[in-house]
Amino acid sequence: MAALVIVVAFLGTWQLYTVVSGLDEFVLPAPTAVAGSLVDDRALLAENFAVTATEMLLGLLCALVLGIALTALLHLSGAARRGLYPLLVGTQVIPIVLIAPLLVTWFGFGVRPKLFIVALVCFFPIVVPTLDALGRIDPDRLKLLTTLGASRWQVLRFAEAPSALPALFTGTRLAVAIAAIAAVLAEYSGSEKGLGRLTLQSIPQLETARAYAAIVVLMAFTLALYAGLVALERRLLPWSATSPEGARSPS
Amino acid sequence: MILEGVAHAYGEVQALAGVGLRAAPGEVVAIVGPSGCGKSTLLDVVCGLITPQAGHVEAPRAVLMPQRDQLLPWLTALDNAGLALRVGGASKAEARAAAHPLLEELGLSGFERTRPAELSGGMRQRVAFARTLLAGAPVLCLDEPFGALDAITRSDTQAWLAAALERRPRTVLLVTHDVEEAVLLADTVIVLSPRPGRVLATLTVALPRGAGGRVATDPGVVALRAQALGAMR
Repeated sequence: MAALVIVVAFLGTWQLYTVVSGLDEFVLPAPTAVAGSLVDDRALLAENFAVTATEMLLGLLCALVLGIALTALLHLSGAARRGLYPLLVGTQVIPIVLIAPLLVTWFGFGVRPKLFIVALVCFFPIVVPTLDALGRIDPDRLKLLTTLGASRWQVLRFAEAPSALPALFTGTRLAVAIAAIAAVLAEYSGSEKGLGRLTLQSIPQLETARAYAAIVVLMAFTLALYAGLVALERRLLPWSATSPEGARSPS
Repeated sequence: MILEGVAHAYGEVQALAGVGLRAAPGEVVAIVGPSGCGKSTLLDVVCGLITPQAGHVEAPRAVLMPQRDQLLPWLTALDNAGLALRVGGASKAEARAAAHPLLEELGLSGFERTRPAELSGGMRQRVAFARTLLAGAPVLCLDEPFGALDAITRSDTQAWLAAALERRPRTVLLVTHDVEEAVLLADTVIVLSPRPGRVLATLTVALPRGAGGRVATDPGVVALRAQALGAMR
């Protein structure tokens, strides 16, 4: 409800500003023009959305698989943690905008360089909180499990892994929030289709309203993914303190 | 179970300085002393979690019930109680089948599928105790099991613990800072000094356990309590 009021106030101010300032529509289209484009260009938007959504979802899936595998490795092996963690932080410095064209030359114009970039950007926020949570087992809980005769694997299976699940969800929510930007950046440096590509094309064609419409579609998709994750967490981890009823929902 | 001259230090801090105690099978030994006297260290030694720097320890397998119940928040009461069996290799169904009658016996019928967050403090302690019993070890090490409970819950919980041990005798090491609790529940009370912990007095509680356990106002209980407190001063 609060979100609705803010959105309405924001759009109203924007609309008013475009009228009062007399800015050309190709510089700043009014919300009504963007809404018009959402309707008129729906086929074009849908076609490009399918491409970007695939890149985001597959990229997130790669990030999750890679992130969980890396987290497990770093958690279980002190040597791997000391050796690899700094390198993982290092990967986040890679200026993707600049190396993306190289990846396109390497992997081609298809979906592969996009997956690579989305996964590269998204695995990091998954690994960091999950790894921290895995390492935060209560010493008394560890003592208890030890006196029960638990092996290293059983400590992970019965205590550490379940207690890290809320952090895994938190990390995935962060990853979802940045996946769209990663996908758009990837398309920016070489692609045939996608909402990023469409935005890039629309601006020199003075179809600014369409560029904004593409952004609105991406926003709606990201919000839907995020809300879906929140709902899933509440369903799967009803015991988790980080998913109290409604408190963290973005809606 | 025999401990002789057990001493242990963490770095500069001497936690235990030559503690000896004996417990016969089925005996309840309470260890009382001020906080920081090395009571928990003593339990760690008995449970084999640390090897003392000096002394001799002869103890069968012991299982720990930590200070806070340490129930796993994602498991139901039934699955928490059966955790020891799962760790021992039992299937989920087998563990549940074994834990079910014990929860019933401890008055938790109807709460089997409840998660710890929705259980009261007293109930959580009972689930933790069920988990400890089901580990099947001959020795139970209870670290301040009732420390976090309010007075009424505490006295109820003490009564069912006494009753449960009556039905399923085990050797119990009960760590507490409450002298009265020690006298109510134990056969032997060992009074430890402030850090570094050493044995100040070993009191035998030769009082009968009635149907409802011992009563705090019983003159025998009062006398022993005074004796233990005297030893601590």
